[in-house]
Amino acid sequence: MIDKTTTIEEIAAQIESGMTLGIGGWGGRRKPMAFIRELLKTDVKDLTVLSYGGPDVGMLAAAGKIKKLVFGFVSMDLVPLEGHFRQARQAGTIKVVEVDEGMFQLGLKAAASRLPFLPTRVGFASDVLTTNPEIKTIRSPYDDGEEFVAMPALKPDISVCHVNQADIQGNSRISGPDPFFDEWFSRAADKAYLTTEEIVTTDAFNDPMTALQMPIERNLIHGVALAKCGAHPTSCGPAYGMDVVHLQKYNATAKEGWQGYVDEFVNDKNLAAYIEHVGGVATVAALPLPVF
Amino acid sequence: MTYSLAELCICAAAEAFRDDGEYMVTSIGLVPRLAASLAKSTFEPGLMMTEGEAYLVSEPVPVGPRGDYKPKIEGLMTYERVFDIISKGLRHAMVTPVQLDRFGQMNISIVGDYDKPKTALLGCRGYPGNTISNANSMFIPNHDTRTFVAGEVDMVGGIGYNSERWPAGIKPPFLDLRRIVSNLCVMDFSGPDNAICVVSLHPGVTFEQVQESTGFELAKLDDLAMTPAPTEEQLAVLTTLDPHNLRATIFKGNPAGVPGGT
Repeated sequence: MIDKTTTIEEIAAQIESGMTLGIGGWGGRRKPMAFIRELLKTDVKDLTVLSYGGPDVGMLAAAGKIKKLVFGFVSMDLVPLEGHFRQARQAGTIKVVEVDEGMFQLGLKAAASRLPFLPTRVGFASDVLTTNPEIKTIRSPYDDGEEFVAMPALKPDISVCHVNQADIQGNSRISGPDPFFDEWFSRAADKAYLTTEEIVTTDAFNDPMTALQMPIERNLIHGVALAKCGAHPTSCGPAYGMDVVHLQKYNATAKEGWQGYVDEFVNDKNLAAYIEHVGGVATVAALPLPVF
Repeated sequence: MTYSLAELCICAAAEAFRDDGEYMVTSIGLVPRLAASLAKSTFEPGLMMTEGEAYLVSEPVPVGPRGDYKPKIEGLMTYERVFDIISKGLRHAMVTPVQLDRFGQMNISIVGDYDKPKTALLGCRGYPGNTISNANSMFIPNHDTRTFVAGEVDMVGGIGYNSERWPAGIKPPFLDLRRIVSNLCVMDFSGPDNAICVVSLHPGVTFEQVQESTGFELAKLDDLAMTPAPTEEQLAVLTTLDPHNLRATIFKGNPAGVPGGT
């Protein structure tokens, strides 16, 4: 049987300076944070990051690892403004490609279909086009003759998404209500990796209703790493909610300097030690699901 | 009957959704959320709404801590489907931009210079797509010249009636800005060339006061009405939709709807 088992450390070791990295999840929800912390420990830099951004973007920005950010927003939902992203953005230390959230998914879908672009009206009349002159337009070849924005493909070298369950072959299940764009990150990337709350046998997916929660094809997946509570401090419904207190504490370090945060939560801590330090698996499991 | 300024604004904002039929409403923030919920609970029962995350619900979810209340799910609305329904146009968004200009262009991205902004906020989010594809309304809690800016907003996320920005000068076919409710008045885009036009003033507010608080010239209706007071039915429904009275926190000191009132 195919065995794609790997570790979050090994996934982080696949990332090279200058690569384009796609990160699944949405804002403060189901981010592969255990992988992000491993990446923080490396000397990788000059990344182009594609993300519906949350603390993944903030941490990589604070660590000086981002050269270019392609984004529609960076927010932690219940903590709306991401302090580390704001600081990097205000200092002008990262190049930004700021696009509409819907354009972003079109870019992923173009890459997934091996197309150079997909057409849309979105972007016209806004500063998305004036601030991104590399985004071109194209005229319809049909009778309407309308001009469209040609949203360029967003193609990660590597994408990493966090799921609720996976087997060693790369079958996976997202049991929260929204899969976000993880399937599109996975299809768009040259190499897609999953981190997962638990590794199960393939039999666990032998159920028609469960199959409806499995949007990612296993033949997209290059590696599967176990990461229990691996989305913390973001949420991973229905297993656990956001750690709002942790996110606020993290956010405060944007002003007071974040080396203390790195020393306390990242350096010299593997995932098990990190989870123990934030209260243990039971504490994370008890974090209430967010109410919007 | 007494009512608060917040309740006046919620009821005025609910009117934005009149005749929307089965549109999906996306309402960001407490006043837009309560406005959409009130519209659905009273005169537009066909509106589609979510519980704020991913499920469509058959009745508006009360705001704040839910206690034993369980959202009444009637369907699924993942973010991917949100973008599909935006493209189709069957949606009305109500948002609170940080800046709004005379064209109705909106900004929630940055304040100041784009490359090195004084203040970085969220990013343009879905504003470019929302505004070019479906109906949009706004709630502005602080009607002042910092929000209603002179010139253009610092980053045009939400597009507006600015022909210089339209492709080949042609109005995007589905651009549809509807209603603006502020703490001072109600406006729409019915002025010359879709200029922002004051249609009613909240009790005790003058047009001159609104104009002074706005960074550009406003149109106004000849017979400027007073914003209608909430009805007893509306106020009763609001106590159900907002059981913890979060609406009392919308404006500092929770002022009365009629100045000097209680």
